[in-house]
Amino acid sequence: MLRSMTKHTGSLAKFMLRRDRIRIPLWLIGLTFFTFIVPLAFDQMYESQHERSALAETMNNPAMIAMVGHGNLDNYTTGAMTAHNMLLMTAVVVGLMNILLVIRHTRADEEDGRLELLRSLPVGRLANLNAALAVLIGTNILLALIIGFGLYALNIESMDLEGSLLYGAALGGAGLVFAGAAAVFAQLSENSRSATGYSIAVLLIAYLMRAVGDVSNDALSLLSPLGWVTRTEAYSNNVWQPVLLLLIISIVLFILANYFNAIRDLGAGFIPAKPGKRNASPLLQNPLGLAFRLQRTGMIAWGIGMFVLGISYGSVMGDLESFFEGNEMLEQMLIGVEGYSLTEQFIPMLMLVMSILATVPPVMAMMKLISEEKKHRVEHLLARTVSRTKLIGSYVLLAVINGFVMISLAAIGLWSAADAVMEDGFSFSAIYGAALAYYPAMLVMIGGAVFLIGCLPKLTGVIWFYIAYSFIVLYLGGLFQFPEWVGKLSPFGYIPQLPIESLEPLPVFFLLMIALFLSAFGFKGYRMRDIEG
Amino acid sequence: MTVLEVKDLKKRFGQFYALNGVNFELSEGEIFGFIGPNGAGKSTTIRILLGILKATEGSAKIFGKDAWNDAVEIHKRIAYVPGDVNLWPNLTGGEVIDLLVKLRGGKSRKRDRERYIERFELDPTKKCRTYSKGNRQKVALVAAFSSDADLYIFDEPTSGLDPLMEQVFQECVTEAKHEGKSVLLSSHILSEVEKLCDRVGIIRQGEMVETGTLSELRHLTRTNLLVETKEPIDSLYQLPGVYDISVNGKAVSFQVDTEKLDAVMKHISPFGIVKLESAPPTLEDLFMRYYGNERKQAAGGDS
Ligand SMILES: Nc1ncnc2c1ncn2[C@@H]1O[C@H](COP(=O)(O)OP(=O)(O)O)[C@@H](O)[C@H]1O
Ligand SMILES: [Mg+2]
Repeated sequence: MLRSMTKHTGSLAKFMLRRDRIRIPLWLIGLTFFTFIVPLAFDQMYESQHERSALAETMNNPAMIAMVGHGNLDNYTTGAMTAHNMLLMTAVVVGLMNILLVIRHTRADEEDGRLELLRSLPVGRLANLNAALAVLIGTNILLALIIGFGLYALNIESMDLEGSLLYGAALGGAGLVFAGAAAVFAQLSENSRSATGYSIAVLLIAYLMRAVGDVSNDALSLLSPLGWVTRTEAYSNNVWQPVLLLLIISIVLFILANYFNAIRDLGAGFIPAKPGKRNASPLLQNPLGLAFRLQRTGMIAWGIGMFVLGISYGSVMGDLESFFEGNEMLEQMLIGVEGYSLTEQFIPMLMLVMSILATVPPVMAMMKLISEEKKHRVEHLLARTVSRTKLIGSYVLLAVINGFVMISLAAIGLWSAADAVMEDGFSFSAIYGAALAYYPAMLVMIGGAVFLIGCLPKLTGVIWFYIAYSFIVLYLGGLFQFPEWVGKLSPFGYIPQLPIESLEPLPVFFLLMIALFLSAFGFKGYRMRDIEG
Repeated sequence: MTVLEVKDLKKRFGQFYALNGVNFELSEGEIFGFIGPNGAGKSTTIRILLGILKATEGSAKIFGKDAWNDAVEIHKRIAYVPGDVNLWPNLTGGEVIDLLVKLRGGKSRKRDRERYIERFELDPTKKCRTYSKGNRQKVALVAAFSSDADLYIFDEPTSGLDPLMEQVFQECVTEAKHEGKSVLLSSHILSEVEKLCDRVGIIRQGEMVETGTLSELRHLTRTNLLVETKEPIDSLYQLPGVYDISVNGKAVSFQVDTEKLDAVMKHISPFGIVKLESAPPTLEDLFMRYYGNERKQAAGGDS
């Protein structure tokens, strides 16, 4: 019976490997690359134990614990540092990889009718699911081995063979658990999008349970597979039991998925897809509402991301001074200024990074207009009583608000975390002012996007190069000692370094004028040109 | 009264003239069929009429207003359904219908919405990502018919619909006509155009080659005849305006230029007609004459 249900599992697995012959290697290369580069960088940046202990100090606060979990801060070797900073985050990415691959080969194939084609052949009912699981078991084992032996091969003193293998095994084990969870949801849910959604929700809940648990109540963290991952204490105590637990749970999930698959019809699920709204809410019924609705999820995700970025920058403020001492690279990037603490001098650089990152979502919001055009959807609006000015105006308004919200969230995150960890915190207005000082430069970038959309719609991608240029030139400019005019080619180069420098009205005025002119040309061009899509 | 007027319309994309002199008019209460092979320029013409593309030369007017400059004003009285309907995957069909009706401004006929949803058998609670091509077209059709427009513009609206739904579409168009609405229907489904349209225009390679009522255009084409006579017909081959003769026992079938019909009948009757069948020329024949020429020209111009 079981034999006939799983007939041709092997050939299907081979077929999946063939379909993924690029995808899986890319995931593995990406994961291993970042896993190997970090300890190498740490080893270079923090050569002495003194430096590492200083860094350990900055990690000892609730915000960092919530983000990366507990680590061996008492004996913060390069290995302990790598496990502390990287293991959990990498496990989340490995979990994501497993979820995407499993759903792709199970529910997505089923939804698109490819599975039906296979099932009409003499192929067992459970063959597809088990082929997918086999492929992922192989992938995770391979990942564990490459990372395990690879980390050891880096030849870093504190990274021994056992710790390295444990590090890899923890990642592979976590991957299998989320592969199992995704396999179960692929049976329960009727379509691939919600199967992916439920699985990612489980991943996030596991992360949040661990975060809350690590900060306040250990029991909660012990219920999360990601909590087990950090409790392997690789490169310190090398505890193997959590890996065993991960494997047991994944086998249970695999069996559960097989059970659900065996008792259901092809194409059916257990969680019924809930019907959507029959009518549009009043908010949706205008171009601005539509533009917002189309990008809502992405904007919320970016908002959370910017806030977390702010928090993580803010949380290291308390111990920043000790961290700077002896770090030559950072000292070189920060010009010493009399009368200001190093922490204060660090603020403008953080603001620069945050503001350039905060420029990405509003420019994306503008670019949505071009992608809507390419997908022939703006013609639904323009063929009705929406004028072109109103259409592009809605997107501009959305982008301008979006940028303001993004930079504000980052600044608020930074201030509140800094306030929590510093004895003598910053004033809110100083931080918020330093962040908002970059807003005119962000507006220039938005204006640039409007100009390209209106006048050079085929070249809209150029704006991303300009943003990347600004980032590279200004962030790394101090390090590479570029001549000054190179930075002045970016609007971000004209922003005074608050709070060390004071705000000049003239550059702000000019930046605003440039943003205005660019937008005006963009509006005019958009009114005159053919809509291509 | 003229609802829509296109004069010497030209549109250039780079070096290529997609439209090279398109002329036609549409009077109030009329259904105008706009036919032509793929790539002839139907969609380009319609998109200029909607103010989405800007004409290179010539004029396009709707309700006496310029299609480019007064686009928004004109669109208050227009409902448009594109041939390839792309919708927002994360909105439901119902949400899109509301949005589209609302964005047209003017009066919206809420009650009609439900009626048309039912007639087209659409489930408005599903996300657009799950809709087939035909269902996406239904969404656009429901939005169009439940708007109180004066002019309906359809660009190959039934290419994804099944025959039953095509029927529903034709009923809806006929009803709109009875309410005094005007319709511009681009299509390459000739039977549809033949059933619905008062007048047709044939476009080929960016030029309007014929316009007129169906009966006017039929003058330009040939009637199919099948004749059985007591005695074999003499010298049929020498008669002007007779083509494609094929003899099958006593029966002969051939095509006659419509204007030569009288002369041909006079020639045949003395031979004693036993059986006579005539089929009216279809739009298909008409279309194939132009399209056929185009293909021959493309193949080397030996026509
Ligand atoms: N944006 C464009 N750029 C270049 N050529 C185009 C563009 N849009 C349409 N064309 C060309 O114009 C011609 C007419 O196209 P179209 O109006 O879509 O034809 P139809 O709708 O009759 O099938 C085709 O040859 C097409 O390739
Ligand atoms: Mg077309």
